[in-house]
Amino acid sequence: MKWFWYASPQTFFPLAGTIARWCGAAAGVLAAIGLYIGFFVAPTDAQQGEAYRIIFIHVPASWMSMFIYVVMAGWAALGLAFNTRLSGMMAQALAPTGALFTFVALWTGSLWGRPTWGTWWVWGDARLMSELILLFLYFGFMALQAAIDDPRRADRASALLAIVGVVNIPIIYYSVQWFNTLHQGASVSFTRAPSMAATMFAGMIVMAFAFWMYSIAVALVRVRCIIRERG
Amino acid sequence: MSEFLAMGGYALYVWGSYGVTFALLFIEVLLLMRRERKAGR
Repeated sequence: MKWFWYASPQTFFPLAGTIARWCGAAAGVLAAIGLYIGFFVAPTDAQQGEAYRIIFIHVPASWMSMFIYVVMAGWAALGLAFNTRLSGMMAQALAPTGALFTFVALWTGSLWGRPTWGTWWVWGDARLMSELILLFLYFGFMALQAAIDDPRRADRASALLAIVGVVNIPIIYYSVQWFNTLHQGASVSFTRAPSMAATMFAGMIVMAFAFWMYSIAVALVRVRCIIRERG
Repeated sequence: MSEFLAMGGYALYVWGSYGVTFALLFIEVLLLMRRERKAGR
C-alpha cells in the first residue's frame, strides 16, 4: 500500500468517493437493522419504560461526538507535524459532523433526562457541561477556520485549538467517575460485560456502527468538496 | 400501531429524539449534495 501516494489531495479524491459510497450504503443498512432491533426486538426497560429507547441514538451519538473530535485533532496534529495539505482538509471536513453528533447527544440526553431525572438540563453538572464545551470547541474550530482567508494558515491556527481541546475528551469520558454528576455511569466498558440486556446492547452497537459509517461517508464527501474549493 | 406510536406515554421524548436526529442527518446530506454540485464534479 502506497500511503504517501494517497496523502496528495488529487490522488485521494477518487478513492474518497469510492469509500464514501460504500460507507453510505453500509450506514443505511446498519441503521435499518439497528432501528429494528431498538424498537421491535429489545424489550421494554423495567425502570424507564419505553423512554429508554432514546439510548439507541443517545449513546452512539455521544461516542461519535468524542471519537470524531479525537480523529479531527489527530489529523490536525499530523498536518502541523508534516505540513501535509490533506490533513488540514480532513480535520476541517470532520468538524461539522462532530458538532452535529454533539448536538444530538445533548438534545437526546435532554429529552431522556426530562422523564427519567425530572429535568431537561442541569447547569454545572460535570458530564453535561463538558459535553457542551465540546460543542463550543467544534464551533470555535469552524469559526477560526472560516475567519482566516489563507487556508494553510487557517489549518495551522485551528489545529492548535483542536489539539488543546483534546484535554476535554477524558474529562467528558471520566466525568461520571471523577465528579458528582446526575449522569449515570457507563453501561458499556472495555473491562467488564455490559450491564444491560443483550438485545439492548446489540441495538446500541449496531446503531454505533451505522453512525460510524455515516460519519466516514459524510466526511469524505465533504473533503472532496474542500479539495475542489481550495483548487 | 397507535400503541407503538404512544411509546408507553413517552412519545414526545422518544419521537422528539429520533425525529430531530434523523432530520439533522438528512439536512446535512442535503447541504453536502448541494455543496458538491456547487464545487463542480
